[in-house]
Amino acid sequence: MATTTTYNKDEIWDLLSEVKDPEIPVLSIIDLGIAREVTVDEDKVTVRITPTYSGCPAMKAIEQEIEKILRVNGIQNFEVKKDFSETWTTDWMPEEAKKKLKEYGIAPPGKTEKEDDFFKTLKGSSRVISCPYCDSKNTELQSEFGSTACKSQYYCHDCDEPFEHFKCI
Amino acid sequence: MSTATKELTKQEALFEYLVRLADDRLILGHRLSEWCGHGPILEEDIALANIALDYIGHAANLYEYAVEIEDEGRHRDDLVYFRNDPEYKNLKLVELPKGDFGFTIARQFLFSSYSYYLYQLLSDVEDEQFRGIVEKHFKEVKYHLRHSREWVLRLGDGTEESHERIQNAFDDIWTYTGELFYQDEVEKLLQSNNLAADTTQFKKDWKNLVSDTLEEATLDVPDFDQFMVEGSRNGLHTEHLGHLLAEMQHLRRSYPDADWQ
Repeated sequence: MATTTTYNKDEIWDLLSEVKDPEIPVLSIIDLGIAREVTVDEDKVTVRITPTYSGCPAMKAIEQEIEKILRVNGIQNFEVKKDFSETWTTDWMPEEAKKKLKEYGIAPPGKTEKEDDFFKTLKGSSRVISCPYCDSKNTELQSEFGSTACKSQYYCHDCDEPFEHFKCI
Repeated sequence: MSTATKELTKQEALFEYLVRLADDRLILGHRLSEWCGHGPILEEDIALANIALDYIGHAANLYEYAVEIEDEGRHRDDLVYFRNDPEYKNLKLVELPKGDFGFTIARQFLFSSYSYYLYQLLSDVEDEQFRGIVEKHFKEVKYHLRHSREWVLRLGDGTEESHERIQNAFDDIWTYTGELFYQDEVEKLLQSNNLAADTTQFKKDWKNLVSDTLEEATLDVPDFDQFMVEGSRNGLHTEHLGHLLAEMQHLRRSYPDADWQ
C-alpha cells in the first residue's frame, strides 16, 4: 500500500494542471489561481488552495479532484488546505488563461475596479465588455448573474449572440 | 444567554457578533432560495439563486469561525440546525416572508447597501482571519448592491404597476430598517478593540445612497424618523422565523446522525 513515490514540487504542479474547473472545463485550477502553493515536506505533500466565490458549489468537487489525482499517482500522505487569508481575485489569472476563456466563448475579466471607481460604475457609466466572438463593443448587459456565480450574461448587438462574461472580482 | 447580567469577555462578544452576522446571511439566503424555480424571468431566477448561495457561503464562513472562537467543540451545523428562534440573532428585516418580486428587491437593496458600508468598515478589523473572511464577502456584496440597485431603478421608473408595487414594498418594510443600526454592549466592547464596525459612522452615507436611489427611481422616500421595530438582536422575532426554521431544520432534527454516504 504505502508506495514511497517521491515527487518534487514541479511534478505536483504538473498534476494539478490536470484538475479542471468542473463548470469551465477549459481552465485548470492553476489558470484560475485557485492552487496557491505546493509544499513537499519529507513525505508529505500540502496543497494550499484559495476558494473563488463564497458560495461556489464547485469548490468541493475541486478539492475531491485534487485528492483523487494525488492518490492515483501514488501519493498517500497529503493535505489539501483551504486558505482564506488571501482574497481570490481574477487579477491572478494569467493572460494565457484569459485567452483560453475567450477562445471558449467567454469574455475574459479585465482589471478589477478600484474602490473609488465602484460608486461611479454603480451610478451609471457601465463597463464595456467586448463580444468574444466578433470583438464588437456594441454589447449589452442582460444580467449580473449568469449560469454560475462567476459569470454575467451579455448580448452582442452586432453578431446577435448572447455570451457570458467572467466577472472581474 | 443574557449578556447584560454578567461581565462580557472579548471572546464571548466576538462569538456573539459573528453569529449575528452569520444569522442575517443564513436567513436571508434561505428566503432568497425560495425564489429558485419561481423567478419572474430565467435570468432573475438564476441571479437570486446565486446571491442565495453567496449568503449561505458567507454564513458558513462566519459560523465556522464563530465555533472556533467559542472553542467548545461545536460544529457550525449545530448552530444552524439545533438552535430555536430565540437563540437566533438575525434582524427581523431578513426573516420576513419573501413577498412579491418588488418586496424581495426592496429588501435586497436595503440590506445590500447596508452590508456595503458595514463591510467597508469591517475590512480594517484587527483579526486576520475575520478580516480575510470580510474581504472576500465584500467583493461579492458589491455585485449584490449593483444588482438590487438596478432593479429598484427599473421597477420604480417602470410601469405603473411595478412603480406601485415597489413603493408599497419600501413603505411596508421601512420600520424594519432601524435595527440595522442597533448597537449594544457586545458591539461597543468589540469596537473598543477594533473588532466590530461602528454603524453610526455610516448611517448618513447609507441614508444618502438610499434616498438618491429612490429619488432616481421616481419613488417617495419614506420617513427615516418613523417608528422602528427592535429586539431581534436579543432573540425577539416575528412569527415568521419559527416557520422558516421548522422547514429548514426539520430533516436534520428528525435524523440528527444522518450523513451523506
